[in-house]
Amino acid sequence: MKFAIVVFPGSNCDHDTYYVAKEVLGQDAELIWHKDTSLGGADAVILPGGFAHGDYLRTGAIARFSPIMQEVAKFAADGGPVLGICNGFQVLLEAGLLPGAMLRNRRLQFRCEFLNVRVEQTDTPFTRACRPGQTIKIPIAHGDGNYYAEPDVIERLERNRQVVFRYVSPSGDVAPESNPNGSVNHIAGLCNEARNVVGLMPHPERACELAVGSADGLVVFQSILKWGRESLLEGNLTTMTSGAQTVLNR
Amino acid sequence: MTSDTINDQVLQRHGVTREEYDRIVGMLGREPNLTELGIFSVMWSEHCSYKSSRVHLKTLPTTGPRVLQGPGENAGAVDIGDGLAAVFKIESHNHPSFIEPYQGAATGVGGIIRDIFTMGARPIALLNSLRFGSLDDALVRRTMSGVVSGIGGYGNAIGIPTVGGEIGFDRSYAGNPLVNVFCLGIAKADEIIKGTASGVGNAVYYVGAKTGRDGIHGATMASAEFDDTLNEKRPAVQVGDPFMEKLLLEACLEVMKTDALIGIQDMGAAGLTCSTSEMGSRGGAGVEIDVAHVPQRETGMTPYEIMLSESQERMLLVVKRGREAEVERIFDKWDLHAVHIGEVTSDGKLRVKNHGQVVAEIPNHALTDEAPMYRRPMSTPAYLEKAQQLDLESLGAPPAPAQVFTRLLSSPGISSKRWVYRQYDHMVRTNTLLLPGMGAAVVRVKETPRALAMSVDCNGRFVYLDPFVGAQLAVAEASRNVACAGGLPIGATNCLNFGNPEKPEIMWQFGRAVEGMGAACRALDIPITGGNVSLYNETDGSGVLPTPVIGVVGLIEDATRVVGRAFRSEGDVVVLLGETRNELGGSEFLHVVYDQIRGVPPQLDLAREAALQQVLVEGAASGAIRSAHDCVEGGVAVTLAECCFDTEVGVDVDLAGVSDAPAGYRDTATLFAESASRVVVSVAGGQLAGLLALASAKGVPARQIGRVGGNRIQIAVDGKQVVNELVSDAERIWSTAIESWFEQRRAIA
Repeated sequence: MKFAIVVFPGSNCDHDTYYVAKEVLGQDAELIWHKDTSLGGADAVILPGGFAHGDYLRTGAIARFSPIMQEVAKFAADGGPVLGICNGFQVLLEAGLLPGAMLRNRRLQFRCEFLNVRVEQTDTPFTRACRPGQTIKIPIAHGDGNYYAEPDVIERLERNRQVVFRYVSPSGDVAPESNPNGSVNHIAGLCNEARNVVGLMPHPERACELAVGSADGLVVFQSILKWGRESLLEGNLTTMTSGAQTVLNR
Repeated sequence: MTSDTINDQVLQRHGVTREEYDRIVGMLGREPNLTELGIFSVMWSEHCSYKSSRVHLKTLPTTGPRVLQGPGENAGAVDIGDGLAAVFKIESHNHPSFIEPYQGAATGVGGIIRDIFTMGARPIALLNSLRFGSLDDALVRRTMSGVVSGIGGYGNAIGIPTVGGEIGFDRSYAGNPLVNVFCLGIAKADEIIKGTASGVGNAVYYVGAKTGRDGIHGATMASAEFDDTLNEKRPAVQVGDPFMEKLLLEACLEVMKTDALIGIQDMGAAGLTCSTSEMGSRGGAGVEIDVAHVPQRETGMTPYEIMLSESQERMLLVVKRGREAEVERIFDKWDLHAVHIGEVTSDGKLRVKNHGQVVAEIPNHALTDEAPMYRRPMSTPAYLEKAQQLDLESLGAPPAPAQVFTRLLSSPGISSKRWVYRQYDHMVRTNTLLLPGMGAAVVRVKETPRALAMSVDCNGRFVYLDPFVGAQLAVAEASRNVACAGGLPIGATNCLNFGNPEKPEIMWQFGRAVEGMGAACRALDIPITGGNVSLYNETDGSGVLPTPVIGVVGLIEDATRVVGRAFRSEGDVVVLLGETRNELGGSEFLHVVYDQIRGVPPQLDLAREAALQQVLVEGAASGAIRSAHDCVEGGVAVTLAECCFDTEVGVDVDLAGVSDAPAGYRDTATLFAESASRVVVSVAGGQLAGLLALASAKGVPARQIGRVGGNRIQIAVDGKQVVNELVSDAERIWSTAIESWFEQRRAIA
């Protein structure tokens, strides 16, 4: 399988995401410069974390004008799997590929720590290897992760089962103290109506090896491979390395 | 060149003495003009010239088989195997951080990152050593808040993790906080790039942010005490732009992959002046630039202002003739404009032109190697004799140990720094093997099986009471922390924060501390590859505790054998390495319970310290040691508690009472004395005999004191229980103490 990882000038989790795709998953991966106009024939696209253009204005506000974003939008419209992590999620919101907006964290402080996230939906390309309701320990690292949308939008997101990840307590409960940033309904991640575009604030790519504190985030990437294998069986995908099977069996 | 009127007032404003001025005239063979005086004043400032400290710094050990680059370049470098080098340095940004905490701290981070990538290294870790006044002071809380968010604001955005550090509190820092930032990067050992200009006719390029009027005379400001004119000094603080620095970082690393580059240096203190003259001086060449070509943010800037501006995020490059287009293309990709501002010449001079007309012409050596060097007078401080007297009995009976225990856990110096480090992205780059607050910082080196452990330390109270021993204790603590994680100390960098060197008593503190630091580094075989001196840390004539911070880097051969401080499993055996003596001098106990800094610091036997560190490194490498945490502030009692907090498992130990403590102080000294060279380790039962044999072979005292288990911290002295707390209660006290100061403030506001 081939991953395209989009590099904005201020992306800073691009190398980490590339490392997971290449070294941990053993897949093909390519860093795609934001001024490029081709995704290089990738099967899945990831917008990594960082501060795309410095983000002094509004997080992700300028990134949506980068040439590559037209290709990402086309790829998404064709049903290709797109994952936005942290700043990548913010970019997806600004680009209109996902609904809503990010506000400063409730306490107006940047926050970096491991916390618990519950997988609410397993029928997206990035969660299909999860158990329904599975709680995973992965870190956040952001100053603007306070998800907001108008009440009617939230109501629609909940009704359509578009809330994919929620901040919870270690035991999996939606407790007030488990919300790190003030997000409406503890929303940590969501998908579009077609369910192929997913954005989340926590960093699964930072939790793919026990050596760095948790391997719980690997399930997100295992999901992509599972999606890839299913697509392969359906004849929609041509390249998937043998390494993928090993990862799926972990 | 017309000579402007330079009188005593002008000299004073530039911080140049009459003697120094005469020397300038002698070197030039004429009177300088105002631009030239400005250039001399920043290059000869304490901050740039190290004129008071150089005679002492020369005595430090700086060489060793692993040292690839010692002092004199932008950063030091040591060999870590596999053809790779660890490039690191620590630097202060104390003065700007008091005037404007957020920007002062942020630009401190930006400056040290530039020093590292300038060497061709990709920065992978940041640490910091911070000192503030007492948290009950609202101004101190505001300063700390600003410094912490400034450090985070810069490091988080640029994507370099802040993986560790230390914070101390003492009233002496209230008007003069210390902000020391350490950065480490990885480079290919044979591709380290130097800050040098050579090859007549090669092009001098300017790249990065435009030059403004910010920071003019920043270096001079950092070379003077604060007084009530503080607010007037605000324009001398620069404003940081981490996004610009991120572009520079990536673009410069890309340019370095070509061989079109001769040398590169960042424009930090003294900006364009320092980078041009230092690069020329190192390469034995001259540098000629025309300031009219320098991109400017403001209109009407004079050559004087352009040369002295300390605007952030600017780099100076020397590019091989004929390769200019290649370099320009890379910067273009990153939307940066590299501007050709001059050439390398053969005459060894810094020549500054403005629209073709020469406005300054000074031999580079006059600004660098031949800057003044002073052997300032030193005298033993008057406070010392009295401060070193400690009569425990005169203090009366100490509070019950259990009570002292919880008070220490909630003291800001000891309690958890979570409120701070969770504002820092400490995981980006996915190399962080030990999370902050878990002992030394440890990052893996992805291309290799290895990891690097880092620790920055200094106990200013010990240095105040005995600068020689205090500085040795700082080296011992930092290297011990690294060894606890399993790292063999291989190099160090120092940041020497002291008061006004023109006062003989301060200079004595400085001289003795450097002597102590040198002796300890020699005994422990740790070369110092560079660093920074920050003097004049005084406000209204009152100085900070002398604070020579040392950052030690250690090499862990097997990244899967990193040892943390937390106990791992029930039933493991707890061993105390080292000896506890009646050493409460300068302790956190005296500071918290009696608000005193008194006595003499703990004694340090460097040979035994070296042996202890060998036990730690070998025990970690063999896998025998499952956790290790040294005993410093708060003594063995606090160490034991901290070992319980991460895994929330209890401990039950019985300590041998200190024999030489006065009646009534036996338990107190046993629990809270800060004797050096002690570490609490835990091992699986089957490994105990092996560990004790290893310790005995190295001559390190080792005693089995108890076991890991249960949910309480139970400590006995000579069989009598003196502390018995639920781990969860102790953990809550310890982990919420600092944030409660800030939450409280919000509640009031």
